[in-house]
Amino acid sequence: MGAALTRMTTYRRPVPFAWWLRNRGYALFVVRELTSVFVGGYALVLLLLLRSLADGPDSYAAFLATLRAPAALIFHAVALAAAVYHSITWFRLAPMAVALRVGGRRVPGGLIVAANYAAWGALSVALAWLVLRG
Amino acid sequence: MKEAGTPDRTITLDIFRYQPGERATPSFQTYQIPYREDWVVLDAINYIKDRLDGTLAYRWSCRMGVCGSCGMMINGVPKLSCAAFLKDYYPERVRVEPLENFPVARDLVIALDDFIEKLPRVHPWVVREDAPPAAAEYRQTPAQLDRYKQFSMCINCMLCYAACPIYALEPRFIGPAAIALAQRYNLDSRDEGREQRREVLGAHHGIWDCTFVGECTTVCPAEVDPAGAIQQAKLSEALSRVKDLLTPWGRR
Amino acid sequence: MAKPTDPFWWLLFAAGGTVAALATPALIVLTGFAAPAIGATGAFAYDRVLVLVTDPVTRVLLFGLISLSFFHWAHRFRYTLEEGLALKQAWVPVAIACYGAAIAGTVWAAAVLLRV
Repeated sequence: MGAALTRMTTYRRPVPFAWWLRNRGYALFVVRELTSVFVGGYALVLLLLLRSLADGPDSYAAFLATLRAPAALIFHAVALAAAVYHSITWFRLAPMAVALRVGGRRVPGGLIVAANYAAWGALSVALAWLVLRG
Repeated sequence: MKEAGTPDRTITLDIFRYQPGERATPSFQTYQIPYREDWVVLDAINYIKDRLDGTLAYRWSCRMGVCGSCGMMINGVPKLSCAAFLKDYYPERVRVEPLENFPVARDLVIALDDFIEKLPRVHPWVVREDAPPAAAEYRQTPAQLDRYKQFSMCINCMLCYAACPIYALEPRFIGPAAIALAQRYNLDSRDEGREQRREVLGAHHGIWDCTFVGECTTVCPAEVDPAGAIQQAKLSEALSRVKDLLTPWGRR
Repeated sequence: MAKPTDPFWWLLFAAGGTVAALATPALIVLTGFAAPAIGATGAFAYDRVLVLVTDPVTRVLLFGLISLSFFHWAHRFRYTLEEGLALKQAWVPVAIACYGAAIAGTVWAAAVLLRV
């Protein structure tokens, strides 16, 4: 006749609704995730620009005029900040998904990050040149 | 031993108490103890247990960061109490709570049944059809060892589960340590169990619940980098699924 | 329960994230600031931009960037809603709304880029 096993009376601490405000890591995570709204939002604006192009020179010129509105400029400024933050965090994190190995040794993370920034810089310059050369 | 003329310095700890037999709800109890520069939080808790309050319940063992027993929330951050130095907090108060996202059994002791149930689910052993070589062992080069060594350093301290907001919101998520452990075997040249583990990792509440918050890697005391293990698992599982889709006849 | 379809959305998310990380900042500067500042003249004259955009390679690249950006948003935003607003119970309508919007956006992008 052994003693009956008693179940523990455990206490479950509730998860706060605003859990993301609990520490800096969580808050930055949410900011990072929300950059996707501006990545998608800008893609939409780009699509609208292309549509105005398809609709003819008048609609294109009109669209460029709306891009000069304060609301549009503010949107693009915020979108730029979001896109840059997305790029910085993406280059830091995406390489972790690929454990690149050359000749049996792991390629140092810093090298992969640097390569990403180099590609980013090169592509940005190339795009600017492509579009802006008169 | 105190130097002559040195004033007594003290530090205050606010410790989470939960004593189900005596009180249904938890509370905090404050203790003021002598401050020693070379003490860690575990030393402070041991002092409290020895001299001030013998009823305090907590887990600890090696007191040097290898056993994984003494994980606690210290000022809201999951840490090994044997690795949290008082001098990093002094003269502020130190708040000590049980590891987040686990039910509390008593004071600083958590019920870790969920973690223990999840580990064996990923088949954390070398899966092989053939028998081991007689009177010898499986050979492995340093390069082959290097592929999985980092993921084998886990001390099962559960700090990553305490840090993971996905696990907080979804207790069915298999979690960082379990996935890192699975990767440790998937990347082991001696192992042939990848397909078995795919069924667990690729299932609901497996790797796909993770959104790469990354806090697990930040708090890991053994530098396992479970977040990296999970992202690698995602990439390899996604590519496997695409391959399955394109070549359905190819499944052996 | 059937195997999760997450891997495929995740691959689209990852591709979109990579493309956006490399190209979006420069494009925002070009179309959001340079173009309105310079106006429909010079580098941004209608005829010039039309020639640039109607190049078949450019069409494909623009379609890729726009569509993948939509899928990147859909996957990430879906999880943000499910975790941030603890909407995990409602994950089916949330997922359908997000991926559905991305698919609709992709179809629209194809239509516009074919018409240009």
